[in-house]
Amino acid sequence: MDTPAVEVTDLVKRYGTVTAVAGLSFTAARGAVTALLGPNGAGKTSTIEICEGFRHADAGRVRVLGLDPIRDAAALRPRVGVMPQSGGVPTGVRAGEWLRLLAAFYAHPLPPEALLDRLGLSAVARTPFRRLSGGQQQRLSLAAAIIGRPELVFLDEPTTGLDPQARMATWELIGELRTAGVGVVLTTHYMEEAERLADHVVIIDHGRVVADGPTAALTRGDRELRFRAAPGLDVSDLAAALPPGCSVTERDAGQYTVTCADPDEIGPGLVATVSTWCASRGLLPEDLRVHRRTLEDVFLELTGRDLRD
Amino acid sequence: MSSTTPLDFTPRPKAAPVVRRVLAQAGLELRLLLRNGEQLLLTLVIPVLLLVGFSIVPILDAGTASRVDFLAPGVLALATMSTAFTGQAISTGFERRYGVLKRLGATPLTRLGLLAAKTLAVLVIQLLQAVLISTVAFLLGWSPQGGAVGVLSVVLLMVLATAAFSALALLMAGTLRAEATLAAANLVYVILLGLGGVVFPVDLFPPALLPFVEALPITALSTGLRTVLAEGAAMPLGPVLVLLAWSVVGAALAGRFFRWE
Repeated sequence: MDTPAVEVTDLVKRYGTVTAVAGLSFTAARGAVTALLGPNGAGKTSTIEICEGFRHADAGRVRVLGLDPIRDAAALRPRVGVMPQSGGVPTGVRAGEWLRLLAAFYAHPLPPEALLDRLGLSAVARTPFRRLSGGQQQRLSLAAAIIGRPELVFLDEPTTGLDPQARMATWELIGELRTAGVGVVLTTHYMEEAERLADHVVIIDHGRVVADGPTAALTRGDRELRFRAAPGLDVSDLAAALPPGCSVTERDAGQYTVTCADPDEIGPGLVATVSTWCASRGLLPEDLRVHRRTLEDVFLELTGRDLRD
Repeated sequence: MSSTTPLDFTPRPKAAPVVRRVLAQAGLELRLLLRNGEQLLLTLVIPVLLLVGFSIVPILDAGTASRVDFLAPGVLALATMSTAFTGQAISTGFERRYGVLKRLGATPLTRLGLLAAKTLAVLVIQLLQAVLISTVAFLLGWSPQGGAVGVLSVVLLMVLATAAFSALALLMAGTLRAEATLAAANLVYVILLGLGGVVFPVDLFPPALLPFVEALPITALSTGLRTVLAEGAAMPLGPVLVLLAWSVVGAALAGRFFRWE
């Protein structure tokens, strides 16, 4: 049990002249949620499909639960659940039928009816796959990935195209899997998904890892307090009221930002100071908020590109 | 949207016994085939219509033997081809296109288990076809020859033909695009229906064409079945060898060129 869930070292994957994965390395811990985050075409799916044993690597080393995904496929299959990005289900098969089939492949599966119910699919249990909505198809694929009670699941874009409620339900489920000790490796291009779900984030761009670390560590750093008010205010007396090491600037017209050398100074006291100053002037501070660095900010800093490219 | 049914996600991974996996998959394959209208048209409706139509309407010169005695073996051969070749090529082609083969290959079922399940489902459908076609043929006055040895020969011919047709179906489904497979499989079905001694005797063709026509798997099957069931021969060696050759070559090519995605 001491080997990591997934260990990828210097992975390379080429399609003809295109290099999809260019020397990528990361480690995913057991029983934790690891997110491979990056824009479309970054090499996320190639990486996850090599881990699933669907594709051969051109170079590098991949170990899943300490085993080789292709050579040791027989030993890995019962232990690893897979949710492909799309498809993978015969168009004429009914939702319930598909889950019961997959359940029959495992010795100790989850009860299919209860899992359908849990994912809000009971009402469409008898509906053929091709007539399910995109979100229902996604959830059925997710159910199929976990029905065998695997110790590790690979989810390729599990919430792409889901409506907000279905996404929330999927997030909850992934949280429960983690609590139960299931390792989860997922790909996503939603930074809020990675921030919310993942213990560990691997940011990928152009087939390389551009940042890798615990989610909190990646997004830690300078917090700041922002608010909007009338442009061109004289903020010198506010600056005087702030704790030492803090300053206030008007970055854009009407957009004020308070930053502190020690980020811990950005606390409830500071919010009160700013509010009091506004009140004394009869100002309503709009969009008053403490801004924390997001994965989007991290990605922008590292690549100068938008995550949704 | 989700209720709070308690589910224990604690990992407990283990594959079910292989027999259970294969039977579950075969059961699903069978249900999908029986639910698919186009497949049923191909595997049951068309063969039965041909049998009934050509038996009743005297457009076929079947010599002194009754028309149904000539037709029943040919229609049995056609039914075998429609299930093992045409139906299987089309369904497998689309399963490959939709990533189903790939997905199932990642479960404890395994690829070999998937092939076993498909074979099992095909054999069950063929049994259904044989029972239905024989029943209709008997109602039309069919009197098959051959006795117990004949039954054995028929089973051998059918099994060899199933192996040959399945190998060719997988070769096509595993190499062409799904749409191309759909078109080609239907085209081959119609051509072999015309050429293969199913409803027209092959000796109607020009003698120069005969060796080519007799080398087709459908002709080998229909001629072999007819030799046993209409003429009472024990074991038609020629057709058995032709089907064996197609099975070996087809399986070798399918094994070499089949792509799972």
